Parts: sequence; structure tokens; C-alpha cells
Amino acid sequence: MRMTKSSFTLRKVTESRLFFPLLAFALIMLADFLLIPGFFTFQTRDGNLYGSLIDIFRNGSIVALLAIGMTLVIATGGVDLSVGATMAIVASVAALLMNPYVLGKELSPQTLSLILDPHFTWQPLWVVLLVTLLVAIVCGLWNGLLVAYARIQPMVATLILMIAGRGIAQLITNGVRIQIFYEPYSIIGQGWFILPFSLYLVIIVYVLTWLFTRKTAVGMFIESVGINARSSFFSGISERRIKLLAYTFCGFCAGIAGLVASSNIRTSDANNIGWGLELDAILAVVIGGTSMTGGRFSILASIIGAIVMQAVTTSMYAIGVPAFALGAIKGVVVILVILLYSEQVKRFFQNIAAERKETQP
Amino acid sequence: MSESDNYVLLMVGISKAFPGVQALDHVDFTLKKGEIHCLIGENGAGKSTLIKVLTGVDHPDSGTIILDGNEVQVKSPQHAQTLGISTVYQEINLCMNLSVAEDILLGREPRNKAGGIDLAKMNTEAADVLDRLLGIDIDVTKPLNSFTVAIQQMVAIARALYVSSAKILILDEPTSSLDANETQQLFKVMSKLKEDGVGIIFITHFIGQVYEISDRITVLRNGKLVGTFETASLSRLELITKMIGRSLDELEKMVKVKLDSSINAESEAILQAKGLGRAGAIAPFDLELHTGEVVGLAGLLGSGRTEIAALLFGSDKPDSGTITVNGKPVQDHSPLGSIKRGIALCPEDRKAAGIVDDLTVRENIMLAIQANRGWFNFLSTQEQYDLADRYIELLNIATPSPDQPVKNLSGGNQQKVILARWLAANPQVLILDEPTRGIDVGTKAEIQKLVLSLAEEGKACVFISSELEEVIRVCNRIAVLRERQKVAEFSGEIDEKTIMHAIAESES
Repeated sequence: MRMTKSSFTLRKVTESRLFFPLLAFALIMLADFLLIPGFFTFQTRDGNLYGSLIDIFRNGSIVALLAIGMTLVIATGGVDLSVGATMAIVASVAALLMNPYVLGKELSPQTLSLILDPHFTWQPLWVVLLVTLLVAIVCGLWNGLLVAYARIQPMVATLILMIAGRGIAQLITNGVRIQIFYEPYSIIGQGWFILPFSLYLVIIVYVLTWLFTRKTAVGMFIESVGINARSSFFSGISERRIKLLAYTFCGFCAGIAGLVASSNIRTSDANNIGWGLELDAILAVVIGGTSMTGGRFSILASIIGAIVMQAVTTSMYAIGVPAFALGAIKGVVVILVILLYSEQVKRFFQNIAAERKETQP
Repeated sequence: MSESDNYVLLMVGISKAFPGVQALDHVDFTLKKGEIHCLIGENGAGKSTLIKVLTGVDHPDSGTIILDGNEVQVKSPQHAQTLGISTVYQEINLCMNLSVAEDILLGREPRNKAGGIDLAKMNTEAADVLDRLLGIDIDVTKPLNSFTVAIQQMVAIARALYVSSAKILILDEPTSSLDANETQQLFKVMSKLKEDGVGIIFITHFIGQVYEISDRITVLRNGKLVGTFETASLSRLELITKMIGRSLDELEKMVKVKLDSSINAESEAILQAKGLGRAGAIAPFDLELHTGEVVGLAGLLGSGRTEIAALLFGSDKPDSGTITVNGKPVQDHSPLGSIKRGIALCPEDRKAAGIVDDLTVRENIMLAIQANRGWFNFLSTQEQYDLADRYIELLNIATPSPDQPVKNLSGGNQQKVILARWLAANPQVLILDEPTRGIDVGTKAEIQKLVLSLAEEGKACVFISSELEEVIRVCNRIAVLRERQKVAEFSGEIDEKTIMHAIAESES
């Protein structure tokens, strides 16, 4: 078959979409190796792995989940600013379904007395998951309808939910931060099966998304719409349906990220859950090499982009950069990474690859 | 004055390679002062690349450029402009949403005392430039996209002339979207500039125009220089032979397969349009397409040809009338609906509505067929490559591999990729809107031949072209349009005069 005919060359490597995100990650890891003693040590407790590297993957998983959905949206030429707010809504709904004490009088005294019990939940876990993810899908669908059918600019359309979403999240919990006591729910964000559970979640969502986009025509259609919507229309591709799908799927991913985040801190903190993460997710996609104007995308590259973002954060903390300075440092690193992507640097690497090829006998 | 003083430009041994293609291989090119020099070659011959090297868009791998006796390295298009090299590209690179005046004076707007843009002065100046240089009179305050492609092209030329005191003016197929009158207007301007001592490089696919206007001809083939000739001493036959590297007899044979139009007269109608129309686009018209026939739409630019195509295909929705396909009335007017009914449209604007430039040749070819199959019924990798390979071979698409992004292909090959996309969808009705625009003679003949063989297979084709001669050669029946109305229909033996008369009638 044709695909297997291509041989493994340096040129192929530098032209791969994964090359630059991986290079950025490798450079950060190298800096960590030189600057932070013991950065690469692992401990095992109860058969589970712990260490700074594992932390990067665990903490990066939320942005990675967001980046998966965001990749598809950006590939259509749009952007979704509301994923952080969607996370907050999902967290509120989840908390309410497990700990309904804010409903107060409507509950029986018996239920109220059980609320602090780590084995008690108002609704079974599967209902919690089903309802929250449906809510997330509705959020995404809303964005998709505004963008694809009402023809509102993506940034404006999703800004609506970005702002309204946190208010909605507060309304759901009556303005209260609800603590989540139910023990099994904490597995999502804190569980550990050799590796952190959230990491498996990322892998599962990635594989499913990859199958859904690359083993069907969906991925090609998304790219086609993102590159040239008019040509796509003339070829019979429904731009609207493709966009609706991308935003809905992005909402779904934000929902899973919201579950992980609320499980992590065991509360519905509508003001803080997912705060600012929409921008992290967008940056992750950009680091992954997907153009903000739409077109070709690589989900795996975006996930690596998310890991790069987290690696920066974790490394800075490890070096001892105070939390308040982190934003500034992140900005510098992002600029460096984006510079790596510039045409000049790309050409530099391609030239190296080309020279190698020529000098080979 | 020595001989070399006469040359405003010498390009020596220019080479340029792109991934998988040697676009230019040691090409020499010279341009004299006050000369109109035609650059000729088939698609992918290297004309566009040579121009891009000269204008600093691409940098040559080797070779020297000598401008006015000094060796120069053209760093960027801006740099080229300061050197006195102005270009009007085949595809219009202006801002469609700006007004004509803004487009012409962009970056050099006259300022008022407060430092703001002096709108009134800008508008009068732009109008003056258009009038003085091109002799056209349009409302310069209207956005560029409210004008036809022809006018847009003229504006682009006006801008190129205005922006720099050009020593060299490059016109990259400026006439491909102009009608005969507009072309003559352009030629007048060119002759005037020639007298002023400007060297003009003129790229065109119209052989007639080459002989009408040019002094010398340089022919390229497959990135190599075939030669530079005095126009007066080279016959048309010799020129075409040099361009395509084979004799004209073969070409003649290729286009002489036209069917006898009488056979198809009684065959059943695949598509019937009754009173179909859309306000502001095209007045209600009737049209029938039968199996095995090629129907031409003739008329001037903006006469409603493209609008008819859009209504038949469903990319525009009609506000009156009906379409019936195979006896069934059409309810959903959409491209996807049309594809499902077996109707395909190769749109006029290749760049904006045809190719998806970052996708590969393979993906571009499979796009329509996959849209018809839906999201989930994905063609297997094997099927995709089989499909791509089949059409690359059938249509002779020059590409290093099916995985090449289609934007790396030359214009004519991009056009073939779009044709392949629609042929792959196996339509009953194929509507071709200017399929041969900006395409070399050889490819043109191939496309004409293809249209005829499709008709022979029992498909119906609608063929739209600005070249009347071509329409007559290919079509069994010709509908004539004038001012967004269908005014006449001819079949059988059609001669050019009759059509011209029908097109021009109201204008006299």
C-alpha cells in the first residue's frame, strides 16, 4: 500500500506536525533536567506512580481535554471562548445532583441528614454523568446554532455564553459553593490506576475523537470548510452542519473537563472552575500548529500543546517562580514557542534536513 | 548607444525548484525598452514562477537579474515596485470590500491638513487615473466587489500603473476575463505605455492576441526555455508546435470529434427548467437539457450565464419557476441536492469556489463524491488513491503525487483537479462555467474533447465560455443571453455571425 511506501527520513520528521510541539516540550524538559535536581524521579506508592512528570500530565489533562474540542472548532475557522464557563455550569449541575442541600425544604429530613456521608449521593453517578454531559452538549449546541445558523461571529457568539455561563452556574447552586462529599465521584479527577485516571480519560477521548474525525469524512470536511467554505459549499458539504458539530463536540469536551476539575477540588466553585482556561486551550491548539484561520488540524499536536503549557507552569513553580509572576513568564514562553513556528525557523530545519540528504552517499 | 543599453531587463540562467518540481531550469529572459514581450507556455511551463522570481515573490536558486545594467536581487514585491517593476496578476489581489478609489490609492492616499485622508481628493484622483490611463468611467466610491471581474482587472492595472513609475509592467493574463472591447481598450493603453518606453511582459493564452500586440515572444516548456523569437518571423503553427512540443495536426484531430447534433434532438430531457428566474440575477427562462448533448451559453460578461448555472445547480435559489430532473420536480435547491440528482457544476471562480487549496489533490478530487456519501460512509484509503490515480492519469494532471497540496499545482492543473472532482461524482448533467479560462491551448483541446466524449456517453453538458469560437465548436445547441435575459436559442449548423448578431442586437 502507498502509505507504507514512504521511508523514515529526517525530512519527514521535520515536516511532521508533531515535530515542533515535541521539540518545544523537549526543550522545556531539558531545561528542567539541568535546573531542577530530581525532576525526573518517580516514586511508587500503593503501586501507583508519582513524580513531577506525572504531575504535568495530570494537571495538563483538563486543558488537554479542552484542546481536543477546541481544535475542531478552530479548524473550522472559529473559536470557542465559552469552554471555561461551560466547565463551571457542569460543575454546578454535578454538585447539585450529588449534594442537593441548597434545595433545602424540598428534601426529606432523612436525605438532609445523610449529606455528609461520603457514600451518599442524591442521584446515582450514571445520572450525574449523563445529565452533566447533556448540559455540556446543549451549551455547545447553543454556540453552534449562533455561529452556524444565526451567522454571528464566533468570538462574539461564544462570548455570550462565556459571560452568561458563570451567572447560570451561580443560579443553579443558588449562589452557593456546594461541596461534593460523594467519594466515587472523586475518582474522575483524583483517581490513580498506576497513572492518574484523568490521563486515561484524555487518551480515551483522544482515541474516540481521532476515530470519529479520521476514520470518517468528518475531519476532511472540517478542514475543507475551514480552508474554503465557499468551495466546500459548491462541493456539497454542509458548512452549517459541520460547524454545529464542531461547537457541540467542543461543549462535550468542556463538560468532561468540568467533571475532572470539580472532582479535583470537590466543590462547585462557579467563580474559579475553568477560569481563563479557554485561553490556555486556544494557546494549546496554536502551539499544536493548527492555524487560527482554520484548516489542517492535528488533535495529538494540540494535546502535546496542552502538555507544553502545563510543563511551563509546573517547571516555573518548581524553579520557585511565585504564582503571581506566572502569567508573565508563560507569555514569554509562548512567544518563544510561536517563534519556533515561524517560516524562517521552519526553513532552517528543512534546510538542515535537505543538506543531510544530499551528503548521504 | 550600444545594444545592451536597449535592454531594461536581463535574466540569465534562472533556476527555481519547489518540492517535487523543477519549476525553472536555467531560463534566460530579456526585455527591451518600449517592447511588448509575450511570455508563452502551457500550464506548468514556468511562466508564473519566472514572474514571481522577477517580482520578488520567490527567490531563485541560481541565476542573475540585471535591471538597467545593474545586477539586482529582488527581495520582495515591495522592493520590486521600488525598482520599477509593477505587476498585475491573473487573480486579482485587491481588497474587494474597499472602494475603487481606496484600492487604487491604497497606501498613498492624499492627506488633508489635519493629516486625515482627503476623501474628495482621493475620489477625483482615482477617477482621473482611470479615465486618463484606461479611459473607463465608473463610480470610484463603490466597493470593488460590486463590479464585474473585468472592471476589477482594470482597476488592478490602474493601480499598478499609478503606484510606480513603472519601467517594467507585467500583465499576467489580464485579458482572460475581458471581452473583446475591453481587450482592445487594454491594448490601447499598452501601446501608449510602449511609446513611453515601458517594457511590458504580457502573459496570455490567446494566440491571436500575441500576434496582435507583441514584438517578441519567449516560449517556455516544462520549466525550460524553448527560445525567444521575433513575433513577425514566427508563424502561428510554429509557435503552437513549440509550445506544446507536438504538431498541430494532432490537436486538430482531437477537436474534430464533434457529434452530429441531429441525433440528440429527440432524446428525452434530463433536466427541464420552466420560467426559472431570480430577481436581480436572471429573468425567467426556459431551458431543456437532453441526453448526449452539449448546450452552450453565449453572451457577454455579466449577461447572466453564470447566474443560470447557479440556479440550475442550486447554489442560488430561484424565486420563480421550476426545475424538473428526470420528470421529478426539484424541491431542495442546494448543491448537495443537485449532486444527489446527478447535476454538477464547475464554477467560474476557480480560486474562490473551486479548489480547497491546502487539501491534497486526492482530497480535492474525492470531495464531492464523499459529500454525496455522507460523513460516515468514508472511502477507504485504497479507494481514495485508486480514484485519485485514475483521474490524474485520465486528465493528465501534472502533480508529483496525489498527496501534493493542490495549491502547489499550476492553474490549469488545478482546473483539471476540479473537473476530476465532478467527473468522479459521475453526474448526468455537467455544467462547466468557463472551464478553459486561463488555460493553455493543449489543455483547452483536452477539455473540449472530454466534454464531447461525456456527451457521447449520454450525459448532458452545459458549456459556458467567453470564447464564442469555442462554444460553437463544442456545442450542439446555443442559448444566447443578453442583459440577464435569455434572448435566443440556436441549434444545428450555427455560425458565429448569427450568434454575434443575437448578442449585440439591443446594443445597436
